[in-house]
Amino acid sequence: MPTLSENRPAAAKIQLSPAATQPVPSPAPSGPEDIAFDIRDFSLWYGTRQALHGVTIRIPARQVTAIIGPSGCGKSTFLRALNRMHELTPGTRLAGSLQLFGEDIYGPGIEPTVVRRRVGMVFQKSNPFPTLSIKENVLVGLRLNGVRDPSVLQQRLEESLRLAALWEEVKDVLDRPGISLSGGQQQRLCIARALAVQPEVLLMDEPCSALDPLATAKIEELIQTLREKFTVVIVTHNMQQAARASDRTAFFYMGSLVEFDNTSKMFTNPSNPQTEAYVSGRFG
Amino acid sequence: MSAPVALSSPFAPTAARERWRRIKSAGMTAVLCLCAVAVMAPLFLVIYFLLKEGASSLDWRFFTQLPKPTGELGGGMANAIVGTITLLAMAAAVGVPVGVLGGIYLAEYGSEGANAWIRFAADVLNGVPSIIWGMVVYLLLVVPFKTFSAYAGGVALGLMMIPLVMRTTEEVLVLVPQSYREAALALGIARWKVIVIIVVRTALKGVVTGILIALARVAGETAPLLFTALGNNFWNRNLAEPISALPLQIFAYAISPYDDWHRQAWAGALVLMAMILGLNLLVRLLSNWRNHQ
Repeated sequence: MPTLSENRPAAAKIQLSPAATQPVPSPAPSGPEDIAFDIRDFSLWYGTRQALHGVTIRIPARQVTAIIGPSGCGKSTFLRALNRMHELTPGTRLAGSLQLFGEDIYGPGIEPTVVRRRVGMVFQKSNPFPTLSIKENVLVGLRLNGVRDPSVLQQRLEESLRLAALWEEVKDVLDRPGISLSGGQQQRLCIARALAVQPEVLLMDEPCSALDPLATAKIEELIQTLREKFTVVIVTHNMQQAARASDRTAFFYMGSLVEFDNTSKMFTNPSNPQTEAYVSGRFG
Repeated sequence: MSAPVALSSPFAPTAARERWRRIKSAGMTAVLCLCAVAVMAPLFLVIYFLLKEGASSLDWRFFTQLPKPTGELGGGMANAIVGTITLLAMAAAVGVPVGVLGGIYLAEYGSEGANAWIRFAADVLNGVPSIIWGMVVYLLLVVPFKTFSAYAGGVALGLMMIPLVMRTTEEVLVLVPQSYREAALALGIARWKVIVIIVVRTALKGVVTGILIALARVAGETAPLLFTALGNNFWNRNLAEPISALPLQIFAYAISPYDDWHRQAWAGALVLMAMILGLNLLVRLLSNWRNHQ
């Protein structure tokens, strides 16, 4: 197994000037491209165990970026670091810089709640709040963040459910409990709930792994429409899903970013032999 | 050699073994059944004797009249019934906020080390004999104000409720799946709102159940009230003065030399038992309702 140690920089925070060269090959931006996440030399530890090793990646805005890799490669940790959800685990420590549209989300005085309003998240297992109705589930993020205006709430309710391709199915049963829906509908409800607070980025942590193929197809279709307005980062175990649904693919292995490129190139002609071995199913 | 292998196996049942096995099985089942009956029997005995001795003395007067002076027949325990309800309300006012907030701290905020000590303290407090609560509150609230009072009784019962409510609240909050907390936090909702509106609301029936169990537990306490609420034979018009309670009245009447008072003590015990059974039934209904959702 080739070592990846050359990609593991020191644990200190390294300030790179904007002109600094990238140590890891990222897709060369063709022309002035919007970058959602500009991440440099980002490392993360759980206690003494290092989970991410100097990841440098620029995730483009309004595209779908898939993150693939074997279990335990750090892809979920990476995703959770993008909206500071990993801070729920006590004893984490990090180094490097992580900028969202030019702003350091780990900067001094930046509240995690503000970051999470900008970077929404959908989880592996659908988790509508059991005590809330469909409508309340969608609006809970707005309500608890202080939005009171009924006309705004009503508009956001329909808008979010339409974006999540759920409106037609639930518009007549909005007051039923959120958990009365089917598994796939529940996951789309969770997407609508995340979209209602109007985030810029939507993170998805294996959103289809608990769904049947039909519900999965629906969510993948939905992801294609979401990319017009949102930046989507999706962690997936399903290689076909990454190939079908994403514009860019990042391959993580043992806490390091191995390769990041256009999805078509990653699945047909990857530069790194490890990537090739993984996407062709020879390991992992 | 074509002898059937199965029959020569040491596990093969012979007729005698099979019979002995059945006898053992029936014997053990009978023992377990008897133990189950032994658990139930005291409850039925209590209810049977209370009904037998107390039901005949239960009438309208019992619920509406004050106790009669010594030597006169009749009268009721209206003041004691209202007093018990008043004391329970005051106990809830003390025990519920502290207990619930303490439980939230244990489940959501406390560090491992601190929690271990808090839980230990709560478990020790649960085991403190109730008369000691009475003595402590006597020193804290009766001696300084130079009077027994309803406040002191309510505080004594409330302090007893705190560890009970705290532990049950913690238990039901911990059962709320972490994924709900994560989903709410990922919406950028402040942590305290996540806890109050998502976590506690999800576990609300469990929290209420814990409060009712604690109320049922302290409703029948006599010892903590002896030095605090003291009891009286009149309506309590001022919570800073002594107040009657069913357990106190039962105690006073049961040790008296009068037959009429003995009968009223039985009736009072029946009413108290019915109140506690009612609280427990309410708990049952609530938890059934919770499971059906």
